Amino acid sequence: MEEKLFGDKKIVADIILAITLCAVALFVFLLFQLTGENGASVRVSVDGQSVAEYSLAIDGEYSLNGGTNILVIEDGEAYMKEADCPKQLCVKQGRVSKVGESIVCLENRVSVTVVGDGEILEVR
Amino acid sequence: MNVKKMTTLSLIISVAMILSYIESLIPAFVAVPGVKVGLSNIATVFALYTLGAPYAIGVSLVRVLLSSLLFGTVASLIYSLSGALFALVVMITLKHINLFSEIGVSIAGGVMHNVGQVVAAALVMSTGAIAYYIPPLIVWGIIAGIAIGIVSGLLINRLKGKIGRIK
Repeated sequence: MEEKLFGDKKIVADIILAITLCAVALFVFLLFQLTGENGASVRVSVDGQSVAEYSLAIDGEYSLNGGTNILVIEDGEAYMKEADCPKQLCVKQGRVSKVGESIVCLENRVSVTVVGDGEILEVR
Repeated sequence: MNVKKMTTLSLIISVAMILSYIESLIPAFVAVPGVKVGLSNIATVFALYTLGAPYAIGVSLVRVLLSSLLFGTVASLIYSLSGALFALVVMITLKHINLFSEIGVSIAGGVMHNVGQVVAAALVMSTGAIAYYIPPLIVWGIIAGIAIGIVSGLLINRLKGKIGRIK
């Protein structure tokens, strides 16, 4: 039994829409990649307020936000070692090192952003 | 709104709630916040095509509110609500201009839902850095949107006659 499912020419419009959106994603991705440079330090924000800044050149382990998250800096890269949230997304986000890259923990509203040498990252 | 329409709306909202619950059981499989299948969007798209825009808004907003209360947190309510509003505006507009099928409408909805969440997160945490998540979230929104669009399209075609009689 043949069913006429999704109209007719509309499917072409759908495909064009999907391809256009893919192109937008690729463009934004390349923009971030090309403008990326190695950062000098990471800035920690809680609830949008900067609370601390740690140099990427110095290895260390830091407790953030009263212990909800544990940040590790190693070989010029930063990653979240532990978090008390159920989904552990920030832990899975892996290592960051390029300026502007960040690790975000939505549950605890903690964000760790890589910033450049002596540069103040644009904060909205 | 007559009793039959109200009952249908309630039925669709309950289906949306069940889909939300199933969704909450799926563990996060990618390390990007907001990457979800968006199963409950099936209910929203279905309501949009069978009952109309006001009902789709009802299904979506009630679903977001209830599922955040049951399965989420206050933070997740803010993100979901923002995503849902972005998605609704775009889906209703695209359906109205009648250029795309259910799949196209659903793709746009999926992508805008994610964009809405990023915008909310950027505002809540006052950081533009979260924009890094936009590319993977757009791509994921397209993939999920196609899947949701196909399922919704099938359901709409098979059930439209029955819903039509209710009107």
